Amino acid sequence: MTMFINFLYAAITSGTPLMFGTLGEIITEKAGNLNLGVEGMMAIGAIAGFYVGYTTNSVILAVIASFVAGIFAALIYAFLTVTLKANQNVTGLTLTIFGIGLSNFLGDYIRTAAGETTLQLSTEFTAKLATYKIPLLGDIPYIGHLFFDHNPFVYFGVILCIIAGIYVKYTRAGLNMRAVGENPAAADAAGININFVKYFNILLGGGICGIGGAYISLVLCGGVWTQSCVDGLGWIAVALVIFANWNPFACILGSFVFGAFRVLKFYVPKEVISIPDAIFDMLPFLITAIVLVITSIRKSKERSQPAGCGVNYFREER
Amino acid sequence: MDDKKNVPYAIQCKGITKTFGPVVANDNIELTVKSGEILALLGENGSGKTTLMNMLSGIYHPDSGSIFVRGQEVSIASPKDSQNLGIGMIHQHFKLVDVFSAKDNIVAGTKTDKRLSGKKLSEKVKDISKKYGLEIDPDKKTYNMSVSEKQTVEILKVLYRGADILILDEPTAVLTPQETDKLFAILRNMKENGCAVIIITHKLNEVMAISDRVTILRKGKSVATVNTAETNIQELTELMVGRKVSLEIDRPKVEQTENLFEVHHLMVKNDEGYYALNDVSFNLNGGEILGVAGVAGSGQKELCEAIAGLIPADKGAVLYKKENIIGKSPAEIIKMGISMSFIPEDRLGMGLVASMGMTENMMLKTYKNTKSPFVDKKPSRELALKLIDQLEIVTPGVNTPVSRLSGGNVQKVLLGREIESNPNLLITAYPVRGLDINSSYTIYHLLNEQKKKGVAVLYIGEDLDVLLELCDRIMVLCHGEITGIVKSDEVTKEEIGLMMAGEKKAGKDGATA
Repeated sequence: MTMFINFLYAAITSGTPLMFGTLGEIITEKAGNLNLGVEGMMAIGAIAGFYVGYTTNSVILAVIASFVAGIFAALIYAFLTVTLKANQNVTGLTLTIFGIGLSNFLGDYIRTAAGETTLQLSTEFTAKLATYKIPLLGDIPYIGHLFFDHNPFVYFGVILCIIAGIYVKYTRAGLNMRAVGENPAAADAAGININFVKYFNILLGGGICGIGGAYISLVLCGGVWTQSCVDGLGWIAVALVIFANWNPFACILGSFVFGAFRVLKFYVPKEVISIPDAIFDMLPFLITAIVLVITSIRKSKERSQPAGCGVNYFREER
Repeated sequence: MDDKKNVPYAIQCKGITKTFGPVVANDNIELTVKSGEILALLGENGSGKTTLMNMLSGIYHPDSGSIFVRGQEVSIASPKDSQNLGIGMIHQHFKLVDVFSAKDNIVAGTKTDKRLSGKKLSEKVKDISKKYGLEIDPDKKTYNMSVSEKQTVEILKVLYRGADILILDEPTAVLTPQETDKLFAILRNMKENGCAVIIITHKLNEVMAISDRVTILRKGKSVATVNTAETNIQELTELMVGRKVSLEIDRPKVEQTENLFEVHHLMVKNDEGYYALNDVSFNLNGGEILGVAGVAGSGQKELCEAIAGLIPADKGAVLYKKENIIGKSPAEIIKMGISMSFIPEDRLGMGLVASMGMTENMMLKTYKNTKSPFVDKKPSRELALKLIDQLEIVTPGVNTPVSRLSGGNVQKVLLGREIESNPNLLITAYPVRGLDINSSYTIYHLLNEQKKKGVAVLYIGEDLDVLLELCDRIMVLCHGEITGIVKSDEVTKEEIGLMMAGEKKAGKDGATA
């Protein structure tokens, strides 16, 4: 039982960066833009968060820095696709390559400039990212430890998903954004400022992805700067968007499920099932493929990709 | 107009000019409309009606000229500006979000209160509906709506925004006669309430029925404005076309070959998994034009595609010269002499490659016939030139991408190519969609020529008057089922309208061969 709880606990911890990445991408896609640069935006957020954390020892400033860095990365994408109407897929892929490169370059540069062999966060800083048990709720057996005894990022992520869910589903701004994502021509005719809505949501989504990157460099890597630390998580996040049906609420559960797949290999005893680790690494993508098959069979119009996603909008096009 | 001199026009356009590259779409146009008046804007295709209205709704910006709204000169830079001026446009292709409910579509983009309070909104929507006699369920999802319901939502959308100047771009193209009457009642209601209404159309009987005044555009110029009460259809046609035209469509009697083509109990599922065609059976003789009437989306598209082999049939048989063609590939079906010219709503979706020139589009059907690994463009170019000459296609050249041609010319290219392949069965869907009178008659003539050659023609159409005049028999579809197959001599427009709405004609004469 403890073993199982530990497994689920690890699933939540390792699923949290996915939660940020996925949420960011959901918001972006809901506004009609497919940004494949999640990996890159997370990488840039990772180095920005790490550097600010390293120099200032402030978690808040580190998170803000990663958020701003994510916005900066998304701004490149938004300018190219919304203003210049460049192809969204190509722009996103380029952003990924650029983001990883920039992040590795800066990481190496800062390390060399500091004259260290490794960049390590102060113990004072990592202590701030220790787990916080929520009073009362945290004392419930098993469940208390599993859900109410985490580092601040986990709580923050869940709250963010809930706020985003309310924003997307129940507010005027969210309605306008969905209109833009589904049918920009209709939104335009309804008097919605397409470019503003797109920019706002792409940048917001990018910023949230950036925070996901900071979680990886500050928490998952144990306080030591690791080159290419995002390591494919951004791509899983893109896949998770489909798994979560573009629903911020479902994103919470979805990211924990995918987190579970990521840590499964450490919890399956080798003497019971002996298969290569690579099979486990493949599972999230296999599941995504299955989900894609199921969603395309189900053909629900409401729980699928926004109809205008991936297509740039020209008002005067006929 | 003398008695209302001091009341400013709701809209006044002075000397509007708009060019797209070398094409002058609007040339020094004058147009006025008063509050409490319905103005019909009449013109052939490409005469600049939609362009002009798009300038009022903020999609385009005029190159020169000025627009006055309620006496004030204005500059309309975006759809939002237009809305703020109280102008509401109902576009020909609805601008609605499919996955939204009626209510959400109506309020999207407005700025009343930030949060969506469901009940209050539903009530407000219902209030407006009542005032103008519109009926809609505020919570119904758009993708479940019929075309006429969608149009109601569009109208509510502009009314909710407080528009009192309404522009409707070919609103009746997709409606049954009964729905059209209902729409006209709503428009008259708006007129009573002091709205100014501009209705774009090329259906002359509708102009006569609904409008107070008519402004006629021809080749981008406003040629005349007349009071509806003082004119007639013949005069309007002449003003629109610029010369005398005969409005008769002839229906030559030809000897028919029995049952060249038969469809038995055809069942076809659509993308969503419902039956788009449910137990459809009919027969078609050589030398006959069988019209297919029905509200858009009643299964016409699926019927065409199933016959052409593009989508699989779940059940049933399609016999061509007594041979079942279900299960054959499109290429095999084309070889048998079945030809399809389907004009989709966006005109270019099926049949032509928009970015290719005429020559290359001609080649699409013939390139397989040559053995050489290299393409021989010469025959296709000759064919293209021949079509340009025969069908009076207006194009800068055979290599100009067809997407640059106007709608009517695109249709002529497509239909021309299909006819040139000497088919025995010609399926043509909406061949005159959005075409002006002149081009339409060219197309009817082409179809009659084919009929005389013994070709069986399946004509899927929109305009019931035309169906009644052109076709030998008319088959009516409603929700994928045949509600009747009737001889066009023995039926009235109203009867067909009722059948389109689902009322079955007893006997289904001709349904079984």
